[in-house]
Amino acid sequence: MSNYNGMELMICLASRYLEDDGSVVVGTGAPCAAAMLAQRTRAPKLMVMFEAGGIGPRLPSMPISVGDSRTYYKGLLTTSMPEIMEACQKGMVDYTFLGGAQIDMYGNINSTIIGDYDRPKVRFPGSGGANDLASLCIKTMMITPQDKNRFTNDIEFITSPGYLTGKGAREAAGLPPGGGPYKIITNLAVLGFDEETCRMRVEMIHPGITREQIIENTGFELLWAPEVLESEPPSDEELEILRKDVDPRRLIIGRG
Amino acid sequence: MSKDYKDYHAAGDQEVVYKKVGTRRLFSNPDADEAREHFTSQSRRMVDKTTTVKDAVANLISDGDYFAAGGFGSNRIPAAVLHEMVRQKKKNLGFAGHTSTHDMQILVAGKCIDRCDAAYVVGLEARGLSKNARKSFENGDIEATEWSNATLAWRYKAAAMGLSFLPARSILGTDTMKYSAAMEVPCPFTGKPYVAVPALYPDVAAIHVHCSDIYGNCQIKGISVSDLDLARAAKKLIITTERIIHNDEIRREPHLTVIPYYEVDAVIEVPYGAYPSNMAYEYFTDEDHIKEWLDTEKDEKAFREFLDKNIYNCKNHWEYLEVNGGLEKINELRIQENLSDIV
Repeated sequence: MSNYNGMELMICLASRYLEDDGSVVVGTGAPCAAAMLAQRTRAPKLMVMFEAGGIGPRLPSMPISVGDSRTYYKGLLTTSMPEIMEACQKGMVDYTFLGGAQIDMYGNINSTIIGDYDRPKVRFPGSGGANDLASLCIKTMMITPQDKNRFTNDIEFITSPGYLTGKGAREAAGLPPGGGPYKIITNLAVLGFDEETCRMRVEMIHPGITREQIIENTGFELLWAPEVLESEPPSDEELEILRKDVDPRRLIIGRG
Repeated sequence: MSKDYKDYHAAGDQEVVYKKVGTRRLFSNPDADEAREHFTSQSRRMVDKTTTVKDAVANLISDGDYFAAGGFGSNRIPAAVLHEMVRQKKKNLGFAGHTSTHDMQILVAGKCIDRCDAAYVVGLEARGLSKNARKSFENGDIEATEWSNATLAWRYKAAAMGLSFLPARSILGTDTMKYSAAMEVPCPFTGKPYVAVPALYPDVAAIHVHCSDIYGNCQIKGISVSDLDLARAAKKLIITTERIIHNDEIRREPHLTVIPYYEVDAVIEVPYGAYPSNMAYEYFTDEDHIKEWLDTEKDEKAFREFLDKNIYNCKNHWEYLEVNGGLEKINELRIQENLSDIV
């Protein structure tokens, strides 16, 4: 038995991609936990921004809204949404995290509807800032459970751009060059994207997970990195900080 | 059915070929000349604009108007105005769904909205989804046109600048663009594709601020979200304020003024006027109340009673506060805002 749960593993893995002196726009939940953990471990000078206008907070606890007062607690600047989004548009934001109901093999994400647009079977919130962040930040990441319904090429609505239809499609559509999906951290694996085809590929497999489990839980054909690594479990230090300091009320890590 | 202003607007120019065009209805007229005519006709006199929430809502918001709320869904929302709109049964409003969370939940409960520029709707961020708001989109009660938060914010900005559109670089290539009312245009200098987002001039907006003088010179603490552009984009603006301060205070520190009086049509002092949302440096969100609202929506009869208790049977925002614990509750939320509860 491992001494950590799936959510703790995903947050730790995500936090390791956030480099010191980098900038990240995060939302609530697991991405915010990953940014807080990164700041308290290997990236103390990671600059955290929130789309509603908070820049550089010393996050005291997990925000419940990306505009609540925690998002600028002891911050550097309280500003506007246009200023955050324009910083992204200028190319000054390295990382962002997105969520969604569906994702396809090019990393395109649906968070808008299931069914017909006018009479949707299910209406979700829509883009919010997600499309803008996916369009304008350098590296887009996702922390998500992996299953066949969620990882599907029958995506019903492209809310936020991944690589659209493949290599060069983002730039052809007019999106700034150099952006796109970077890593997708799931309960089974860490997925990246093949440079030539821009298709999703398996780069790391979590301890105790098999290739078959990953294939069974994906609705499209995955590529495999030349060398697939085993994900490094959370260290004792990471777990202690995550549990005692980042999320003591287990709001996020309590979800398993 | 109100007009689709996209057809009206695009009809003028046959020369430009729009490669990709959003397919949905544009709910408001982006024309800068029409807006300019309105703004030119507005008085620039610095007069006392104080009034009551009841009168401001009755006199400045008409059925069928396009309405926008300031703040960020569960933060610094003009709650007193929203509740009064429900009490006065405002109908057929257009609405800017710009991270609209609890604000939209209130207007949906009153069935005030029939069309929405949807950037973020029906959700309450980490708290989950509103059953009522979802239903109103799923059964077609609210017609939607899709946007993102930034493109909607830049639509306010285009209007605040007195323009009819701004170019931007997001939403291109996606269904969010396809189901918007935006257009793709080439940059006249580089030839590169941009999305042209149409200016959004709401008929009326309501913004809650920390301080205002009686003329409408306003100070906001903390994040401003899109309110500085919204204040300038809206044809009419209702300001509710935690405190009315003397004009001498405004003049002592003019660098703190973020909205000038000439943008403002009504000023009402409403202490705790953003409750149950978060007011920066004043009081935190009443999460228990918002959770109760979300849970109660699941049972129609219980929700009807909940609305009677919290909106219809309340004369004003003070009575709403009283029903939910009054100043004692506010005191708790002030302690939370000041982080005294952090474990």
